[in-house]
Amino acid sequence: MMFLKLQSRVAWAGLAISAALFLILIPLLKLATPEDSFFHAPDYLIVLIGKFFCYAIVAIAIDLIWGFTGILSLGHGVFFALGGYCMGMYLMRASAGLGVYKSDLPDFMVFLDWKEYPWFWHGFQYFGYAMLMVILVPSALAYLFGFFAFRSRIKGVYFSIITQAMTFAFVLLFFRNETGFGGNNGLTDFKTLLGFELREPSTKLGLYFVSGLILIAAYLFAQFIVKSKFGRVLMAIRDAESRLRFSGYDTLQYKLWIWTASAAMCGIAGALYVPQVGIINPSEMQPANSIEMAIWVAVGGRGSLVGAILGSTVINAARSWFTVAYPDAWLYVLGALFISVTLFMPNGLVGLGKKLFSAGKKA
Amino acid sequence: MFKLLLGKFRRMLSLCLLLGFSLSSHAEISAELANKLVSSNRAEIRDAIDAVANSGDPKAIILLNALEDGSLKSASGTAVIEKDGHFFDALSNNELTGLESAKAPMLNNVVRRSLDSALGFLKLTSKDDTIRMQAAESMFGQINDENAVAVRSIIEKESNAAIKSKLLLALASFDIQSPDKEKKLAAFSAIENTGDSQLKALVESALAKDENGAYVEQDEAVIAAAKSALSAIKNKELILSICANSLYGLSLGSVLLLAALGLAITFGLMGVINMAHGEMIMLGAYSTFVVQNLFKSYLPNYFDYYLLAAVPVAFIFPAIIGAAVERSVIRFLYGRPLETLLATWGISLLLIQTVRLVFGAQNVEVANPAWLSGGLELLPNLTFPYSRIATIGFAIFVVSLVWVIFQKTTLGLQVRAVSQNRAMAACMGINTGRLDCMTFALGSGIAGLGGVVLSQLGNVGPELGQAYIVDSFMVVVLGGVGKIAGTIAGALGLGVINKLLEPTFGAVLGKILVLVFIILFIQKRPQGIFAMKGREVDA
Repeated sequence: MMFLKLQSRVAWAGLAISAALFLILIPLLKLATPEDSFFHAPDYLIVLIGKFFCYAIVAIAIDLIWGFTGILSLGHGVFFALGGYCMGMYLMRASAGLGVYKSDLPDFMVFLDWKEYPWFWHGFQYFGYAMLMVILVPSALAYLFGFFAFRSRIKGVYFSIITQAMTFAFVLLFFRNETGFGGNNGLTDFKTLLGFELREPSTKLGLYFVSGLILIAAYLFAQFIVKSKFGRVLMAIRDAESRLRFSGYDTLQYKLWIWTASAAMCGIAGALYVPQVGIINPSEMQPANSIEMAIWVAVGGRGSLVGAILGSTVINAARSWFTVAYPDAWLYVLGALFISVTLFMPNGLVGLGKKLFSAGKKA
Repeated sequence: MFKLLLGKFRRMLSLCLLLGFSLSSHAEISAELANKLVSSNRAEIRDAIDAVANSGDPKAIILLNALEDGSLKSASGTAVIEKDGHFFDALSNNELTGLESAKAPMLNNVVRRSLDSALGFLKLTSKDDTIRMQAAESMFGQINDENAVAVRSIIEKESNAAIKSKLLLALASFDIQSPDKEKKLAAFSAIENTGDSQLKALVESALAKDENGAYVEQDEAVIAAAKSALSAIKNKELILSICANSLYGLSLGSVLLLAALGLAITFGLMGVINMAHGEMIMLGAYSTFVVQNLFKSYLPNYFDYYLLAAVPVAFIFPAIIGAAVERSVIRFLYGRPLETLLATWGISLLLIQTVRLVFGAQNVEVANPAWLSGGLELLPNLTFPYSRIATIGFAIFVVSLVWVIFQKTTLGLQVRAVSQNRAMAACMGINTGRLDCMTFALGSGIAGLGGVVLSQLGNVGPELGQAYIVDSFMVVVLGGVGKIAGTIAGALGLGVINKLLEPTFGAVLGKILVLVFIILFIQKRPQGIFAMKGREVDA
């Protein structure tokens, strides 16, 4: 019963309808209709929506930390990519011996003339260990970074800027060939995941399904946090942190835990993303990507979980369409979005909808 | 065999004679001797070379030089010197005519070698210091069993310390391989005194080890001497590299300073998080590119001065863009820093894409004017390019300009007033809106000046600014927001640390370490090096 009280009936209904649409109808359209039918959902659409699911998880994670706690991170791209790299390392080891050089090592290590896996690659042949790392590595980094930053009471734009410095450092680190993650090219050429061929449409559909389920789980988890007392404290931190601290709350602990949880969610999203796109490289953690993730949430509406999902999906769908149809115009659209959302839509699409809705009621 | 030995002996003897008497005896070279230099008999030429070298006549160098470069010719047995198609008597220097058929004597390697060493020694005993220095430098690696004795006695007579140490070094490079222990030790101590890195490989080879890891050299004293010589060389190399890296660090620091100074104004004084700051730098660099092209097409004669014309253009154009951005977007977002961050990021995307569409996505070519190419040789092995020196000078100029504007002008006074207390400044009649616009334009213009410098040091492309935005923020935050002095300290400090870390860790890892250092430093001192004093809780 407690669980059902998490959100309103309308929200549950909306969730059920979306789940039915994306997790039942679209797979059905894929499986049950002939390939040449108008209603057939092609492979690329499955992969595309699967990617959007991952982005939406990231958006929820950023909404938790920015929309609800008021901390703008420009480093979530790193957590996303780290989760992706952990998954990539498992996939690399799973397809060992199938590379160009037929070696037990990935091709890039053969190229560097390495004879064995470096220590941090140990254990990644086990799926369970890799999944643990998907969560632990981004969390550990976030915990460490957050502990030092929050303890020194770095906040506002200063925090944003040093997260960007961290992002920059990581990009430089991962671009080096000697770091041991394939340098520029990153990790790619994956073959199997838990024995399933990644190229098979059925595997893709499976990943799509899993991503969708995890998105729902992430949404409910975030909803749970936001509705709890913990969430109330987070919003109080956003609105008046000093006052909260003077009232006796240890804001460091609250910020640290939500920051770490948010990083872990990003890591999971990254791990789901990599097998679907088949590659992870350092450009995935470029500072620009992290800023773009923030704008997904801003467009959708900060402080609204539905808004975060909506924003990330709208922007990524627009990007997919523009980069094919009008590649030169996309940066203009994105730039204009950054400016117009901050100037004219401080509460994003959700805020705009609410405004229109209440204006309609009054009329 | 015997003949060979005899020949060797004779030449050594003659060299000793040369050294013993060349400075004191002043026998004039006879015409007969001069003619022997162009003889058809090579043995005769060799004897003549020795005799000429030994004569002590100042003409000896002229004659032997002419023989070496082929201008000493034989006109049916008489030695003549050719200069630009005219012929002169080798000794009296009177012009002669009708000798176009004169031929240079045929020299083989044996003759050449003895000619070279005779010339070398003649020069070593010249009265002119610069000639002696050159000769001493050319002795390097040329010393062999035959001339070593002669060199030793020259060294004893040499009074100029610099030349003497050069010769000692040249001799040392030969003596290292000598079987004589005393000579070896002397050689090592000579090397230790100068620490010249030219000899590093030789010293290292003296310390070679066999397969068992034991030294090939048996004598303990020699090993010890070689080790201390090697450490002296390494020390000197280390000092040189630290000097060089500090200078490069200073110039990198100047680049960072120019990139960050504009941000120190817009972010530090106005509190605007301008993510499009890097694009103002980029616009400055592209302004330079445009001015360069205009000069190329319309004023090719004055091309070398295009950079001077580019400086005001690169200031004004980004300043206008900056003013427009401030009026159209940023002024609505004061007091909302996170929104400002996102909106200015959007502006940077628009600017990048516009430049990409206008100038193309590829890097454009910005040429260095002639007066910026080349460099200043501070020490042997250490040349400092003029472009780097100009960078440092330009940074000093811009910083002074900013200082004057802020300390000595009404505009500066008003800017400081507004940044300290906006409401109070407004009450005093300052038009804060207009001032914000001008301050932002100033910051953007100074970023554009940074672009002029970057266009001279590296590639100019649409993403130029992106590479500097993180660095610029780091400099400002490290130095302390709101303090220009802090920005200077932060930039120079970062530049020097970066370059000092580079040789040990490599460029990328060095940069990562610097970023980690900054992140840790900010933990320790969130207010930067130069903290603003205040009691606010929510700054």
